[in-house]
Amino acid sequence: MTDLKAAPKRPIDSVGTALHTFRSRHASWIPVFAALLILVAMFVGAQAYFGRFFSPGLISALLLDNAFLLVLAVGMTFVILTGGIDLSVGSVMAFTGMVGASALNSGLPTGAAIIVMLVAGALIGLLIGVLVHYFDVQPFIASLVGMFLARGLAYLVDLRSIKIADEAILWLQGNRIRLGAGWYITPTGILAIVVIIVAALVLQFTRFGRTVYAIGGNENSARLMGLPVVRTKILVYVISSICGGIAGLILIAYQGAGYPLNGMGAELDTIAAVVIGGTLLTGGTGYVLGSTIGVFVYGTIAAVISFLGAEQSWKRIIVGALLLIFVVVQRVIVTRPARRS
Amino acid sequence: MRNIVKHSVFWPVVALVALLVINTLVRPTFARIVIQDGELYGTLIEILRNSAPLMLVALGMTIVIATRGIDLSVGAMMAVSGSVALTIIDSSPTPEAPHIIALAIGGGVLVTLVFGTWNGFLVAVLGIQPIIATLVLMLAGRGIALLITGGFTTTVISAPYKFMSQGYVLGFPFAFFVSIAAVTIVVLIQRRTALGMLTEAVGINPEASRLAGVRSRGIIWGAYAASGLLAGFAGILYSSNIMAADANAAGNLIELDAILAVVLGGTSLMGGKFSIAGTVIGVFTIQTLRSTIVFLGVPPPVSPVFLAGVVIVVVAVRSQLVRQTAARWFASARSVARPNSKVTS
Repeated sequence: MTDLKAAPKRPIDSVGTALHTFRSRHASWIPVFAALLILVAMFVGAQAYFGRFFSPGLISALLLDNAFLLVLAVGMTFVILTGGIDLSVGSVMAFTGMVGASALNSGLPTGAAIIVMLVAGALIGLLIGVLVHYFDVQPFIASLVGMFLARGLAYLVDLRSIKIADEAILWLQGNRIRLGAGWYITPTGILAIVVIIVAALVLQFTRFGRTVYAIGGNENSARLMGLPVVRTKILVYVISSICGGIAGLILIAYQGAGYPLNGMGAELDTIAAVVIGGTLLTGGTGYVLGSTIGVFVYGTIAAVISFLGAEQSWKRIIVGALLLIFVVVQRVIVTRPARRS
Repeated sequence: MRNIVKHSVFWPVVALVALLVINTLVRPTFARIVIQDGELYGTLIEILRNSAPLMLVALGMTIVIATRGIDLSVGAMMAVSGSVALTIIDSSPTPEAPHIIALAIGGGVLVTLVFGTWNGFLVAVLGIQPIIATLVLMLAGRGIALLITGGFTTTVISAPYKFMSQGYVLGFPFAFFVSIAAVTIVVLIQRRTALGMLTEAVGINPEASRLAGVRSRGIIWGAYAASGLLAGFAGILYSSNIMAADANAAGNLIELDAILAVVLGGTSLMGGKFSIAGTVIGVFTIQTLRSTIVFLGVPPPVSPVFLAGVVIVVVAVRSQLVRQTAARWFASARSVARPNSKVTS
């Protein structure tokens, strides 16, 4: 739209560009639509099979149970869009949860404890970003360091779980806001939705957000265009770790305790959800909305399996299979030269 | 001297030797080896014994990384091979019979060979990124292992099976000989034939090597199959050590240890040149570090902090930034020491 305003004298060209932009945008939305289709198909199939699957309570519970995964997936989307990867999110979630729980127990006010959590997360992200950029470490290894560090530090805070007595934190989870007809939402769910909306707006409409896409598209071009590549690349890891901190907050509210073993393997679930949501691991293409759908697909699989009464080990197999289907489909749709992430 | 310092395994060896020296100084019992009934015991022997599964996995990982790939599914494959092997033994009326043991090992390894071939198919034929292609089995593999064991931890009693990780041959742990055999075979195949060179060519530039007539597809495929095979044997060793198939704990996070071992050994994650000697040293470094951490009385869960610290130091030392800063620092130090001579470089 800005193109049209900026160049009113050459409307045909701009319309052509706009059309072209729309079509290329459309192409990158196709995986998101595919994910949405899978989600709807799963709902419809489960509803037809069980008869009472699609209930307001279940959908509300889906948001409640996966709120932390949603926030992690949002942070991961930023990193993957730049062509990086962040393996540390699960550990950061456990670490910040432990930090928060122990801060609350030592008598810190709730607000201060939350700030401490977010700062603790941000520091891990900063370390990863600095390693990636200044020391030229591959994101995979750098975030692996962050993962080990955060997991170890979580145990350093306490080897056992720390119970939370703070009422404000427990209120985040316990307070179910009734929306009528069986629908409800908790403050943790609202928090996750706010994170999603803010992230989507930041990615679509801010200079920083567009730089993230530009780096993922072609880092060298972005640098030659004079975009702040260094700052952006470090910032995406900080954002991902802050999201890890928010997820840590949601999780301690959810469980009523901080536990150092939390989030084992959460990084893989998160990556799987983001990929299912249509974000390319090579970077440059993907949407927060897609990742959100990916998380819901993931959560619905778990719900269906528990409805079936089957073993939860099927969940990982099905998620793995879905991941495979999506990657192959993406490979067919988006014929881009393969690049190692 | 310069050549020695420039050699790719120089710094990894220095790191390992330093670690060993510090350990010997701090705890005198570290280097002590006791002979008991013709069998060697001691911390060093324990390190040799316990490093076997990681050694096998890291060897496979080295080849895969040399082709510009990565194999995240090794831990899950370990869990699967252990589950298959112990389920076979568990369901047999004669768990001590040699043919049952052979069947168990063969079955476990065959399954992971198929898994590895599958990974290779995704990467080499379909052209899917290695991280994602192997992530599929990393996620699904443990689920499959859980299905095989029925969600329980299968435990068995079988002396010959236990021998593989607990037994001794010629005074040394049997598992150590498995490591040696694996290293020897990989070295023979990779370095005594052109395969190693071709693997490096594929890793350095897949397109150029394809145009030069290298069958890069087959080489990449083979690398993943080899990784699966080695992970299968590692899973057998692991399950023989605890005599139980634990689908959740077997090989948990070993892919990360293996990648670290490869990186510590000086092989770049960008593919191309690889060093098997470096990987062997990397594996011993990680195992020694774990032993050190246990000795220091650090609770095992906290040990990742130390690993993270070591990796940060290693990558920092190797990075361009630190090297340039150090070079500049040395240069200025020299010019201060000899103010008359001009620095020409």
